[in-house]
Parts: sequence; C-alpha cells; structure tokens
Amino acid sequence: MSTKDDQNGTDGNRTEDRHGLNRRDFIKTSALGMAAVAAGPWIGGFARAQDTIRIGFPVPLTGPYGSEAKEQAACAQIAIDEFNAAGGLDGRMAELLVRDDKLKPGEAAKRTLELIEKDGVDFVCGSLSASVQLAVNSVATERGIIYNSISQSDTINEASDFTKYTFHEAMNPHMTAGTAGDYAFSRNQGKKVAYLVADYAYGHEMMRGFKVAGEQYGMETVAEVIHPLAAQDFSTFLPRIMAAGPDILCLCNFGLDQLNSIKQAHSFGMKESMQLVAPALLYNQRLAGGPDVFEGVVGAANYHWTLEDSVATAKTFNDKYRERHDGAPPSDYGAYGYAGVGALLQAAKDAGTTRSDPVVEAMEALKYNLYKGPEYFRQCDHQAVQSVLVVESKPASAMRNEYDVFEVKEVREASESMLRSCEALGHKA
Amino acid sequence: MAGYPIELIVMQLFTGLALGTVFVLLAVGLSMVFGLLTVVNFAHGAFYTVGAYTGVFLFGLTGNFWVCLVGVPLVVGTIGLVVERFLVRPLYGRGIDYPLLLTFGLAYVLVELVRIAFGTSGVPFSAPPSLQGALNLGFGYFPLYRVFLVGFTTVLLIGLWLFIERTRYGLVIRAGARDPEIVRVLGIDVSRVWLLVFGLGTAVAGLAGLLAAPMRGVIPEMGIPVLVEAFVVTVVGGMGSLAGAVVAGLLVGVVVSMTSLFAPAFADMSMFALMALVLVIRPQGLFGRAGLMGG
Repeated sequence: MSTKDDQNGTDGNRTEDRHGLNRRDFIKTSALGMAAVAAGPWIGGFARAQDTIRIGFPVPLTGPYGSEAKEQAACAQIAIDEFNAAGGLDGRMAELLVRDDKLKPGEAAKRTLELIEKDGVDFVCGSLSASVQLAVNSVATERGIIYNSISQSDTINEASDFTKYTFHEAMNPHMTAGTAGDYAFSRNQGKKVAYLVADYAYGHEMMRGFKVAGEQYGMETVAEVIHPLAAQDFSTFLPRIMAAGPDILCLCNFGLDQLNSIKQAHSFGMKESMQLVAPALLYNQRLAGGPDVFEGVVGAANYHWTLEDSVATAKTFNDKYRERHDGAPPSDYGAYGYAGVGALLQAAKDAGTTRSDPVVEAMEALKYNLYKGPEYFRQCDHQAVQSVLVVESKPASAMRNEYDVFEVKEVREASESMLRSCEALGHKA
Repeated sequence: MAGYPIELIVMQLFTGLALGTVFVLLAVGLSMVFGLLTVVNFAHGAFYTVGAYTGVFLFGLTGNFWVCLVGVPLVVGTIGLVVERFLVRPLYGRGIDYPLLLTFGLAYVLVELVRIAFGTSGVPFSAPPSLQGALNLGFGYFPLYRVFLVGFTTVLLIGLWLFIERTRYGLVIRAGARDPEIVRVLGIDVSRVWLLVFGLGTAVAGLAGLLAAPMRGVIPEMGIPVLVEAFVVTVVGGMGSLAGAVVAGLLVGVVVSMTSLFAPAFADMSMFALMALVLVIRPQGLFGRAGLMGG
C-alpha cells in the first residue's frame, strides 16, 4: 500500500517521541532535520557521520512482536543517553536511528542498507526474529559494519553465517530451550513431550534445542504441530496435541503467538493435564495475558527485573528505566536492546574510534556487566556468554506488585558449556 | 485414516464450526454495511479494536462482563453514528473508493487514539469466571467460553435477520438498499436509515472485538488480521449477503480447522486458497449478486 513510507515516518517519530523528547524538542529537531535535508543530503549525511556516532536499529515496531520491539528501542535509547551524559567518545555524541523492519527479511535488508548508505551509521544493532537477523547480518557485515544481534538465533553463530563483524548479544535457542527443557524434563513429570512450533527459524531451532536437552532424560516426542507465524486462533491446533496426551507441551513460538497460544491452551483446560514450557517466557506477554492464564507456565529468560535484589547493575538499569516509565520496570527483551547498544558503545570507547576493525578487537576483549551480571563474547562465534534464568509465572496471590510476575527458580551462571562447541558450529578451533 | 482417531476428527470438525462462528461474528458487520450501503468499511478492524478496548475500560470500571456486553455495542455504535453523519455521508454518490479511502485513514486515527489512551503494549482481559474452564463434550474437552460464543452469535444473527427481514424498519432498509430514489419519492428519509445501518454495523464490529478479547490478545494492532479474515469471509460469501457471511464463515472455519489437522503449517493459507477457488468458480461469491461492486 502507498502508505508504507508514511507509516515508517510516524513510527520512527513516535518511538523517538517516547524516548523523552517533548513536543517542542521534537519540532526543533524536525526543523533541523529539514534544514539538513535542504542543505543537500551529501553535506548533511557526511557531516553528521563525522561528528555523531550513529547506531542503526531495525526492529519490527509493527506486527506480532511490536510490543517487544518498542521496549528494545526504548531501552537502547537509555544506553545512548547514558553514553552521551558521560561525555561520549571524546565529545562525539551517539544517536539511535530506529527503523521498522516489519518482521520481514526483505524489509529489514532494505532498511539496513538505507541506514548504512544514506544515514551513514557506524554500527547496526537490533532485529527481533531468527530469520530477519540473518538478512540484517549479511547486509551489514558485507559492508564492513559491525552488527550486534539482540534476538535469538542458532544459525547466526554458525560458520556459514558468521563474519568477524557479527556479534550476538541475545541468548540462542540452544541455550534457552536447552535450559528450559533441562529444568522441565528433570522434574519427572512424565516422558511424553508435544511441540507447538511457529513455522520459521526460531520455532524450529527451539524445538531442536528441546530435543537435544531431552535426550539424556529419554524424552519421547508424541506430537509436533507446526503453526504459521502470527496465527490468530490456536484452537484448531490444540485438539491434536490433546489427543496425543503429552505430559509436557513445549511452546516454540514468540510474542503475540506465545500469548495467544497460552491463552487458548488455558481455556481448553490443558494446563491441568500437562506442563507448559516456553523457551523464552516473555514478561510483556505475561503482563498482557494476566496471572491466571500464565500461572504455572515455566520457561527460560535472559532477565527478570527482580534480579535487582542480587545484581547491582540490574538495580541501576531498572531505576533508569523506571524514571522514564512511571515506575514500571524494564522487560527481558527490552534489556537486550540496552545491552546490545551498550556493549557497542563501550567497545567504541575502549577502542577510541568507531572504525570497525579496532572496535571488533575491543568487543572481543570486552568483559562487561551492563544489567544482569558478567558477560563476554566468545572468541570463535562472538556469542555473548551469559547467565540463563529459569522462571515460573506466579499466581496472582503470590505477586508483590503488578510487575512481580515471575519467580526466578534458578540462575544458571554464564558458562561456555551451555553453548555448542566452536567445532560443532564449523569454526576452526 | 491411520493416526487420526474418529474422536479427533469430530473434535476438529466441531472446533472448526466454533471457529467459523467467530469468523461470522467478525464479518457480519462488514458484510451488512457493504450490502446495504455499498460502503467498503476499511475501519472495520479498528472498530473491532475500539470495541475490545472499550470492553477493557468498562470492565475496569464495573468489573462486570455482562455490563460490557451491553455497553460496548452502545459506545462503538455511537462512534459509528458520528462517523457516518459527519464523515461518510458527504461521500455518498461519489463512487465506492471515496468511503473506502476515508475509512482506511480513519482506521489509522482510531488505532492511534487507542495507543494514546491505553499504551502500545497489550492489556489483559479474561472471560468472566462463570464462562471459564473447559466442557466435556464426550469426544473431547472444549472451552466453555467458545460454546457460549457459538450460542451468543447464533442469537445475535437470528436477531439481526429478524430485524432486517421481518420488521417494517428492516423493510425500509432493504428497499433503501435496492432503490434509494424510489424510497425517497415515497417520503422516507433514507439518510436516517443509512445512519442506523452504519451504526449497527460498527456496533456489531465492536461487539466482536469484546467477544474475541478473552481468546486473542488485546493489543492496538489486533484489528489488522481481523480485517483480512472478515474480508475473506465476505468475499467468499458474496459481498453484502448476510446468509452468505454465515455460510462462508462456517465454511472457512471448517477448512482452516481441517487443514490444521492434516497440514497445520498451511492453516492460514487454506483460507485464501478457498477464496481463490470460490472466485474462480463464482466470482460474485457463494450468495452474492453479480455486479454489485461495479454498480
């Protein structure tokens, strides 16, 4: 439709608007922007690329993952503001350029190309889909631009897609499904497992992660139901799963799909006969679904704000977010946005430049603790080695406040043993 | 059919019919406004969203689902009346694309207002406690809420049908749709009839949003896929045919459900495959009048 570009415009503006710009500032910025455009795209683009550190941030603001994507952009902006408040890189300030990739690889590739060629970004961070990030990765890294991915993928670690400019701040399906599966399967709730799988890379990679984790417990797969991405109604997928009589149902889907499938499985009374497990149990979707619908569902998570009780950086990050969002704490996927941009800026500062090669070296040497405890990038595949949380959704009666939605059952400390080995990924040892 | 016990087939068929009634509910408002006013209402999905959020708001105020069930169609219907009176009315007689473009833009405005009022993230909404849980149907468990929905939609459709086919007001509506000029000559104020029809159509769209809220997530973008589903049902059934919308809705539900059983990855596509097939065989849809769109 012809409104595509308008929509992008408004989305970009809205996001910026939400990041603390008031109307007056916004008008001023727009006026400046227009002046720059009038001065000619060449002069404007070149001059800005010299002064400002620009980070391109393609995320699916519209569509079934919109809620997570907006959080990521909001948290990434916190990292930018923090960097600027601390003086930037020898006075060079950072700027975040949020674009809507609409959860489509083609759209994401186009936006990323624009960000690099037209806006002259120094780094790219973002994307919220296992398949979309591969498109962004190839566009960015082919042009020698560092890309730090903040959504789950196994493939991006593999030698075929990996380049020296590829970094992966998010966890990967092998870690999350592996951890969630290990936790659920070890509880002796029965051996029969069913899978409800969103039909794209994320879903299939998650199912594989669960199956690998299930091997040592002798788990048996009784049903695999593949559903289209962004399905509206799950009622037609559920009878076959119920008929198979599993003890555990692994929901290998994300965003709104996770909410709708849990909501509808709950209405079919499935939680009474089986344990629901999500590889990444989402804070935002739990808020949207309510405590009753999610009660008892277990899953892995990269973050839950109550980590602040034991981790100092979590407290700092939460407080910064609360300040901007009426006291509401940040979400798990939002935190990825913060850490993804934060790690890039930290490395640029360490390297003293935004040129890709020195920054890659700085990233490889980086030991950082931005929000959840210590992290570092593994040498061979640039995967962020980090802790994985096992969480369970609380019943309404156990919640301290409206945001206290998950109980952290376990924190599995950062360790390369959670990852597939470098050799298995096709990297030279 | 090895691996597919008969209970499962029956259950899947029933699920499909229940899903079909949801589709009917989603489509009926759109179909009515088109059939009687020849207005292609692209804001249908937005009215659906507004309905769900009005439900959330009223529920927060009263804590009573049944109050929402009455209040939501009243509120959304009133918005519909205002929209018809001040926005759509000046465009009558100007060709079908004028109201289409207007409602297309209106949809963005309404959804943006929802975002401003309720935020961009989803909000929780559950079925009332008396309608929660699952019911044993003999061949499997089925959510009580969906059973209620089938019953409620049936009553709603009978009510709409009686109103349009069996009342004096309905007679005027049908006459106005057939030949507004003659109706005007007879001294009837057609514009008031159209106002009412548009209001009714949007009220039903809002009601659909409220009723879908306990099953699907309540987010500002919830109406986008619904607009697509409603159009598929309307096109398959024949633009503007109430009976067509019912038959097509049920048919789409069963087709989607059966595809989900045997080839779940193609569940979404099956809807469009059915639409393509119907359009090839009967371009005006199952119950549609030929040439309505061009006329």
